[in-house]
Amino acid sequence: MSQPVWITGIGLVTSLGEGLEANRPALSGGAPVLEEATFAPFPVHPLPPLNLDSQIPKKGDQRQMEPWQRLGTYAAGLAIESAAARDLVSDMHLVVAAGGGERDIGLDEAISAELARLPPEEAGPKLNERLAGGLRPTLFLAQLSNLLAGNISIVHGVTGSSRTFMGEESAAADAVRIAAARLAEGRGDIALAGGAYVAGRWDMLLLYAASGTLHRGPWARLAERGEAGLVMGSAACFLVLETESHARARGAAGLAKLAGIATGAARRRGTDSAAASATALAARLPIRPGAAVISGMSGAGAARAAEEEFLASLPGHGPVVRTAETLGHSVEAAFPTNLALAAASVQAGAPQALVTGFGVWRGEALALMEPI
Amino acid sequence: MRDHLGRPIVAVTGIGLVTPLGFGVAESWAGLLAGRSGISRITRFPTEHLRTTIAGQVVLPEEAGREPLSSPERVERMAALAAEEAVAEAGIGARANFPGPLFLGMPPVEVEWPSRLALARQGNGGEAGSYPALIAAATGQQALFESCLFGGVGERLAERFGTRGAPISLTTACATGASSIQLGVEAIQRGEAEAALCIGAEGSVQPEALIRFSLLSALSARNEDPTKASRPFEKSRDGFVMSEGAAALVLESLESARARGATVLGLVLGAGEKADSFHRTRSNPDGGAIIGAMRAAIADAGLEPGQIDYVNAHGTGTPENDKMETLGMRAVFGEASPPISSNKSMIGHTLSAAGAIEAAFSLLTIRDQRLPPTINHEVPDPAIPLDVVPNVARDAKVTQVLSNSFGFGGQNVCLVLGAAP
Repeated sequence: MSQPVWITGIGLVTSLGEGLEANRPALSGGAPVLEEATFAPFPVHPLPPLNLDSQIPKKGDQRQMEPWQRLGTYAAGLAIESAAARDLVSDMHLVVAAGGGERDIGLDEAISAELARLPPEEAGPKLNERLAGGLRPTLFLAQLSNLLAGNISIVHGVTGSSRTFMGEESAAADAVRIAAARLAEGRGDIALAGGAYVAGRWDMLLLYAASGTLHRGPWARLAERGEAGLVMGSAACFLVLETESHARARGAAGLAKLAGIATGAARRRGTDSAAASATALAARLPIRPGAAVISGMSGAGAARAAEEEFLASLPGHGPVVRTAETLGHSVEAAFPTNLALAAASVQAGAPQALVTGFGVWRGEALALMEPI
Repeated sequence: MRDHLGRPIVAVTGIGLVTPLGFGVAESWAGLLAGRSGISRITRFPTEHLRTTIAGQVVLPEEAGREPLSSPERVERMAALAAEEAVAEAGIGARANFPGPLFLGMPPVEVEWPSRLALARQGNGGEAGSYPALIAAATGQQALFESCLFGGVGERLAERFGTRGAPISLTTACATGASSIQLGVEAIQRGEAEAALCIGAEGSVQPEALIRFSLLSALSARNEDPTKASRPFEKSRDGFVMSEGAAALVLESLESARARGATVLGLVLGAGEKADSFHRTRSNPDGGAIIGAMRAAIADAGLEPGQIDYVNAHGTGTPENDKMETLGMRAVFGEASPPISSNKSMIGHTLSAAGAIEAAFSLLTIRDQRLPPTINHEVPDPAIPLDVVPNVARDAKVTQVLSNSFGFGGQNVCLVLGAAP
C-alpha cells in the first residue's frame, strides 16, 4: 500500500518576501536582503513585513504568540490557502519542526547583570524573585515549542493529529518524511508539515555562537566565507501534502510530486561521515541524470565540505543552487523552504530536483521532487 | 501475527523506568502498588520566593556533592538508564547496536541560568550580562552548543544504543511520551522497522520551568505535606505537582519477537489522537478532542469500549483536567465506566515522560493483574462519579488498558495496551 504524494499547497515566507514568485531569485543566486547592524557582528536575513491579519485574524491570537509562533502560524495559513484546503482542516494531519521560542531578552540581561555580581548563595534566591516577578505569565505558552502546532490548530482548525519534532534541520526533514509516509500508507489523505525560524534573535545567536560557526562581519558570498560561514536567515515554510488520489478527487492542482525522501544521521567521525551518509540516502531515491540540486548548504564549514564531497560523487546531476546564499540558513525552516523551491524548479522545467540538507551539527537528508 | 487492519502486531519486549519512586521497574512499580508518594520538598535549588516548593525529584548518583545537572543532561541520563534496562530485558541486538530507530519524547531545552550566569561572570564592565557579552564569552564553547541543541540528547542516545537512522526527538506537551510510543508503533506497522526504542524523559525540575508553570496557575501550592499535594480526582485538588523521570519501551513486531524467542511482556494494540482547536491550555468544554482520541485508540485496537478493563488516567490533579477526563470517560464508556486511577497521585506529573511511564505501568498492571491506586483520595468530588481505585491497590482481571495523555496546546494521545497473546 503506497500511494503517490503530491505537494498541493505551499506557504513560504523568507527575507525576499512571501510566496514562490517572490522567492524565485533564490534559485539563481539573487541578491540577499540583509540586516547587518542590529545584531552586529552577525548579519542576519530579516523577516519581511507580514500582513498578519490576513492569516491570524484575531488580535487576541496574535497577542498570545511571540514572533516565531506568529511566523509559523502565518505560513501554515498561507499553505492551507494555497491548497484551497480550508474546508479540509479538521482531518488534516500536522507535523511541525520546532525550535525554541523567544526568551524575554531584556529580563535575561537585567537578571544576568545583577546576579553575576552576587555570591552564588545570594544569586539563587534572587533568581527566583526576579523570575517570579518579571516573567510575563503568558510568555511560557507564547514561546513553548509545541505551541506553534497548538496555534496552527487554534487559528486554522487543523485537528487531524498534531506532532512536533525537535532536532534542528533534521526535525524538519523527518517531519515531512513521516507526514508523507503516513499518507502513502493510507493513514489520512492530507497533511501539513513545515517549520519556521526567526534569525534576528539574540537567544538563538547565543546558541549558534557557541558552535563557533557563525559568520562575523559584512555579509559575503558562501564561497568567500571561512569555516565559520553560517549566516542565519528568517524563513517559514509549510507544505500541504496530499495523496494523488485525494487531490485528483477534489480537483486540486498538484504543484509537484514528492518522489522520495530519506534521512540519516552520521556520527561524522572516521568512515561514518556525512558524505557517506548522504551517498547511502541517495541510493534510496530514484534520482536520474540531470536532476537539479537545490542545496541547503548552511555555510558551516565541516558540513559544507561534506556536502561538496557528496555532490562531487553524485553522477550526472544538473545545476546546483545553494539557496542559503540568498536566504541565509533557517534551521527548521530550511529543508521545507528548499522543498518549496524544488517544486518551483520542476514547475519551471527541471526534470527532477534533489533537495539536500546537511545539519550544522548532525543530520543528513535528501528529497526528490518531480513534476506532476 | 497481524492485527484486525492487517498490520504487524506490535509487542513490548523490554521496559525500563526511572521515577521519583526509584530506579528501575521493580522499585518504581513496588512503590506505586504500595501507594507511596514520591513527592518531596525541593532540595535541588533554593525555593525562596516560590509559590510552589515541592516536586517529584530523581536524585542522580553523579549529582552527589556537586551542582545539579542541567535539564538536558538530566533528561539524557534518565533516558539512558531507562533504555539500558529496557534493552537488557529485551535482550535485543548486540551492544550499542539496536536494530531499529529511536523515538525520544523530551522537553524543549535551552541554555539555562547556571550557564548563563557563568558566561555573565566572564564578562566585565557595564555590558556584563548583555547578550553580546554572553555571546563573546560563549563563542566556541562546543560542549554548550551540543548540550543545548534540541537534537543533542537524541543524537547522544542514538550513538550510545546504536539505533538506526536519524533519531526523532519530539514534543506534544504532556502527551509527549505517548506520542513517542505511537511513532514507534507506526514505524513497525508500516514495515519501516522490526523494532523501535521509544523513550519519554523529563528533567525540568529547575527554577525557571517551575516558575513558568506556577505563573500559569497550573501547580499545586499545597506545600505543607508534599506527599498529600497530588490529589487527582479529589474534591480539594488544586493543581499538578511537577516531576521528572523516564520510561523506555522496546517495541518489536510480534513476529520478530517470536522468531528470536523473546519474552513478550505485552502488546500495544492501538493508538489514537485528536488535536483540539479550542484554547492553549483548556480543552473544548464539549470534550470533543479528548473523546475523539480515546475512541480512536479503542477503534485502532479493534475493540469496543466495553472491552477496556481499566483506564490509566491522565489524571493531573488540576481542577480542569480531571473534570474533562471524567466527561470523556462518561461519553466513551457510559454508565459502566471501568476503574480509572492516576499514577500522578504518587509520582506527580512527569510531563514529557508521563505518557511513556504510564504506558509502562499499564503493562505492569496487566502483568500482575493489580490496579495501582489513586492516593490522597480523602473527599470524593461529587462531579466525578468514577471508580478511581481510591488509596489502595487491588486485584482485578485486566486484559486491555486504555492510557490517556492530554497536552497543553490541545495534543491528545491515547494508547491501548494488551496482554501478551
